[in-house]
Amino acid sequence: MVDPLTPVLTKRWTEPRSWTMETYERTGGYTALPKALKAHPDQLIQQCKDSGLRGRGGAGFPTGMKWGFIPQGDGKPHYLVINADEGEPGTCKDIPTMMADPHSLIEGVIITSYAIRANFAAIYVRGEVLHCIRRLNAAVREAYAKGYLGKDILGSGFDLDLVVHAGAGAYICGEETALLDSLEGRRGQPRLKPPFPATSGLYASPTVVNNVETIASVPFIVNGGADWFREMGRDRSPGPKIYSLSGHVTRPGQYEAPMGTTLRQLLDMAGGMKDGIPLKFWTPGGSSTPLFTAEHLDVPLDFEGAAEAGSMLGTTALQIFNETVSVPWAVMKWTEFYKHESCGKCTPCREGTYWLVQILQRMVAGNGTASDIDTLLDVCDNILGRSFCALGDGAVSPITSGIKYFKDEFLALCDQNSKVLAGANA
Amino acid sequence: MTQAAENTTFDQSSVDRAQAIIARYPQSRSALLPMLHLVQSVEGYVSQEGIRFCAGQLDLTEAEVSAVATFYTMYKRRPCGEHLVSVCTNTLCAALGGDDIYSTLKKHLGVGHEETAGEPGTPGSITLEHAECLAACDLGPVLQVNYEFYDNQTPEKALGLVKALQAGEKPAPTRGAPLTDFKQAELQLAGFFEGREADLDGPSAAPETLAGAQIAKERGWDAPAMPSNAEFPALPEKK
Repeated sequence: MVDPLTPVLTKRWTEPRSWTMETYERTGGYTALPKALKAHPDQLIQQCKDSGLRGRGGAGFPTGMKWGFIPQGDGKPHYLVINADEGEPGTCKDIPTMMADPHSLIEGVIITSYAIRANFAAIYVRGEVLHCIRRLNAAVREAYAKGYLGKDILGSGFDLDLVVHAGAGAYICGEETALLDSLEGRRGQPRLKPPFPATSGLYASPTVVNNVETIASVPFIVNGGADWFREMGRDRSPGPKIYSLSGHVTRPGQYEAPMGTTLRQLLDMAGGMKDGIPLKFWTPGGSSTPLFTAEHLDVPLDFEGAAEAGSMLGTTALQIFNETVSVPWAVMKWTEFYKHESCGKCTPCREGTYWLVQILQRMVAGNGTASDIDTLLDVCDNILGRSFCALGDGAVSPITSGIKYFKDEFLALCDQNSKVLAGANA
Repeated sequence: MTQAAENTTFDQSSVDRAQAIIARYPQSRSALLPMLHLVQSVEGYVSQEGIRFCAGQLDLTEAEVSAVATFYTMYKRRPCGEHLVSVCTNTLCAALGGDDIYSTLKKHLGVGHEETAGEPGTPGSITLEHAECLAACDLGPVLQVNYEFYDNQTPEKALGLVKALQAGEKPAPTRGAPLTDFKQAELQLAGFFEGREADLDGPSAAPETLAGAQIAKERGWDAPAMPSNAEFPALPEKK
């Protein structure tokens, strides 16, 4: 029986000065790298496939399969890009990972680059997290000084340069092709796919884009093996996962538990709802994943479990709201966010989020009309699935799920005014 | 391209730094985002002269650089204060008090979003903005000064902090390095830490961040033990 919490990535965080090379090596760091460099790169890809590791950035794509898509012997340079542009509302796992333990990510970067035969890698980290960027840069300097980065790493003949690249405040750059455009020094706007980054990514060369938590897991998989990793979690979603609890909960924070853990179990460890005020709604994986309610406390939070219950696992950002919070207000705030962050490339998302905000602001201000709910759903229907990337899809999630579970609250905002508009008080 | 242009704002040290940024990347244009941070470290915002500087260093047109500079929230098109105060007003922080914090600061400073109280660049001047999710939700409501985190804020705490900044004090962030100013923060975002390499200290993480790891420690919970000699799978056969 596996324990309720399985600290792997978070274990080192409690060490004093955990971000330093000295602490990392004293606690078993950089022991996977020499092993990996003695293996054949294809063995590493196979091991990652066997482990069942799936992307921790939200989409859950099998990591080993992604690495395997990189064409080998094609004569082109290959690149590894780490998506550290953490910005999905509620998501707060990658920044603490890089703050407390940047070397686990760097060791993962070196091993992954060797596996996919990349000699240049970049960590694209959002710009607003200066201290995290400082520690990443310092860790990269330490890794170069130790010979873990640079030319002929540990005498293996493998070369790798790693750059820490600070973004400049754009949620859309968390979308992998927008991130690549941004890293190329352009506006961060998504590309039409195909071609996919595996064949035409950074500088039109084969590129793997992986999330921080995904790549920080790699050294542990190399040391522990695929079977060890699979001892945690469920068959199709194996491994440990950092669940981020925030909002109206007694002890918010990061809880690393086996995939498939439920909110009921997590809340129990986190001391329950704050001040005992009952749960009203929550997001399983950020604001782009459809809302859940108290009905969903026992949904196993892994890729399959969340999807079967009508939402998505996303980034396991559990934003928890109690009975004091208005759903239409929360939905309006999120919609304002999507409107601000829409990159403007695709008309349905650019124009649709603009109109959604206006309707929701009017409703929340007490000036809703009876037709507003239908108009909201109609606009959502014209955004969903009609843009290049998932931002538009994410923007409609809070609205459609909010109306699905809390329609009465939206109606209450309309009813009081439908009378006025019917001419009753004219 | 490597000579200082005939302007006075960007001297030879700016050119040297711009060239150092370019050297980090396989292709020069990738240097544009960090270079715009560098421009802000000199000017406190991105002026047309800053746009021209980047265009000159990267052999791009001014239109190409402007298109990028106007896309990203962190590039400011008007001069900023000594400090930039960013209050998260995304849903979760807002529900916990972020909206109240923002309106309190707005009232105190007498300014709105991306406006500056005081003469920009002078000591104690403050640019205020509301920010989208800052990825510190377990510590909400949060605000930042020059992109350093101040966790678990209240309107009273935030007001005290801003008054201290206006009086020339530099209260320490909850998790970051000693506070400097907006321009110094931008220099570090461009990747230059000269003389400040030691600014790494502070806690590994906020106490809240460690909630799960601490409970696991107290209760003796752990991941399954790793085998002592995990083997790699056999080399897959070439198809």
